[in-house]
Amino acid sequence: MDPRPRTLVEKIWDDHVVAEDEGAPSVLAVDLHLVHEVTSPQAFTGLRERGLTVRHPERTVATADHSVPTTPRGLPFLDPLAAAQVQQLDANCREFRIPLHGIGDPSQGIVHVIGPQLGLTQPGMTIVCGDSHTSTHGAFGALAFGIGTSEVEMVLATQALLQRKPRTYEVRVDGALVPGVSAKDIILALIARIGVGGGTGHVFEYRGEAIRALTMEQRMTICNMSIEGGARAGLIAPDDTTFEYLDGRPHAPHGPAWDAAVEAWRALPTDDGATFDRSVVIDASALEPMVTYGTNPGMGIPITSRVPDPAAATDASTRRALERALEYMDLRPGQAILGQPVDVVFIGSCTNGRISDLRLAAAALKGRHVADGVRMMIVPGSDEVKREAEREGLHEVFRAAGAEWREAGCSMCIAMNGDQLSPGQYAVSTSNRNFEGRQGKGGRTFLASPLTAAASAVAGAVADPRLLPGIEAVAGIGGR
Amino acid sequence: MPEPYRSFASKVVPLKRDNIDTDQIVPARFLKVTDKAGLADALFRDWRFDENGCFLEPLFVLDRPGMAGRAILLVGDNFGTGSSREHAPWALAAWGIRAVISTGYADIFRSNALKNGVLPIAVDPETHAHLFALVEDDPESELRIDLAEQGILLPDGTTVEFDVDTFAKLMLLRGTDEIGYLVEKLPTIEAWEARHPARVDTRPEAAARD
Repeated sequence: MDPRPRTLVEKIWDDHVVAEDEGAPSVLAVDLHLVHEVTSPQAFTGLRERGLTVRHPERTVATADHSVPTTPRGLPFLDPLAAAQVQQLDANCREFRIPLHGIGDPSQGIVHVIGPQLGLTQPGMTIVCGDSHTSTHGAFGALAFGIGTSEVEMVLATQALLQRKPRTYEVRVDGALVPGVSAKDIILALIARIGVGGGTGHVFEYRGEAIRALTMEQRMTICNMSIEGGARAGLIAPDDTTFEYLDGRPHAPHGPAWDAAVEAWRALPTDDGATFDRSVVIDASALEPMVTYGTNPGMGIPITSRVPDPAAATDASTRRALERALEYMDLRPGQAILGQPVDVVFIGSCTNGRISDLRLAAAALKGRHVADGVRMMIVPGSDEVKREAEREGLHEVFRAAGAEWREAGCSMCIAMNGDQLSPGQYAVSTSNRNFEGRQGKGGRTFLASPLTAAASAVAGAVADPRLLPGIEAVAGIGGR
Repeated sequence: MPEPYRSFASKVVPLKRDNIDTDQIVPARFLKVTDKAGLADALFRDWRFDENGCFLEPLFVLDRPGMAGRAILLVGDNFGTGSSREHAPWALAAWGIRAVISTGYADIFRSNALKNGVLPIAVDPETHAHLFALVEDDPESELRIDLAEQGILLPDGTTVEFDVDTFAKLMLLRGTDEIGYLVEKLPTIEAWEARHPARVDTRPEAAARD
């Protein structure tokens, strides 16, 4: 045994190093490879051109999520390019025998929602996908990160990757959240604090009592947006919350194998005395609901604050960036963000499209109505989330409130499928990116939590969810 | 197979914005392609064209007179933040960009760029400011990028050194793909796997039924 205290990341890394040649990156074994329609076609083409095959189709799983319409499944794709891309995924998976949860499959959904839901995502694993939000799976204590299409091809061909060992970054979140403040607000506060490049070259490990108190779905929300803080991956040590979530899932170990797996997983958390390359501490009890005002996820403020004034910026590049962001967003320096009118509210995505997110939104909307002139779209993260929501009657609450209840997919988070903002429209969105045009060319995004989004839909403007009647009871609604 | 990466000289396209994200480099609606064709037209699309496909006024820097054919893109801090789309370096390469100069890059973008003959050069803030000043002073300034020597030769004859991953450098100079190296490692990978059983089986028939 290695007597040196190690972090969670180091343990997973050490468990997966296959070879280390002088002058070359490590060859890192990949346990699980997730594939979707957008970043895989050129990788499969590359395999064919080189005469290679998929080495471990049984460690690979595919779904169609990014470009699929969220209109009723019986309707045809309106976009021939999207249709061709999804058909190509079907053909590639058939040719290389990769299990596919495509349109019509009961397990179809956003790739980062279905991995955990199926029990494929497990502690101690290395997980990759041609998608930057692969960091989501870190919530289970897995080293999970996004890769490019060249790397997708490498993993398909070899079930391994060339990687340099990442540096480690401790994110300790102490204290307890107040009702109305949620996991989304923790991660938005972190990114506002360290900036969108703050974690570059590092892997976050989220620790502390506020993290321990979160459910798995809330932990996924946090790990999901690690990439928005510049870190390719973000992990949380597995604990009883993790094991309870996984127990009985279709692809989780069963019987004696389960007990052996849990025993191994209990050895994963960071050892006492292990050190991190960097560290930051956040006090959860001091957090307010967060909302972004600008054009990157680091431009976030507590919801009762005012939009920053570029003139007050201490350096020229920050001033330029702020001026540009406020011009794009058409917001005034120093104005309140509360009360800013919105046109669209979007609840969904790999950040906040799971059942507990929808339960919170339904609790906030129950007996209320979306404001006149506001379009509210609620898009479940997976077909299973959709079925569960309908079993619980959430869809009826949404419809009664005047919201649209749609089919599963990435939808307006990436706006590839026709679900998008019109130029100039404002949206409160539970997704992860507020870049210029991200939700449709010319569209303006305020990133926020599902509770803030639901409160804003009712108000027709950015609204503080802490002021919702009965917020203590609403905030207590959760899940696993 | 990529071409070997050779030393070259070019004038510079200056784009002084920080945190340029991959949604600006290639908007998501252009990710529906199943090959790499046509991505040069998608490069910085929404900073170049309005909703009707007409050039925005004032013209975006890439479209200004004299910018065509320039192979060096000088940008603000933390370039390539956001998504993992390799379409971003594909589009840059298709446009003819062979090197980007910034103070830093998002991890996935850097990795993707190196695999596509787009050299992500990181320089210190002082050098960065100096290069912008140089290009503002004389937009016709030419830089020579020498990967083998890891240097940028400035018009005044001085050289700025830069770091690059030794392995990525070797791959670029040889014009080889990393996948070839990994495929050669397959016997080692197989031996490792023989000692480390699979952690999961994704096939539907492997799923437990309740």
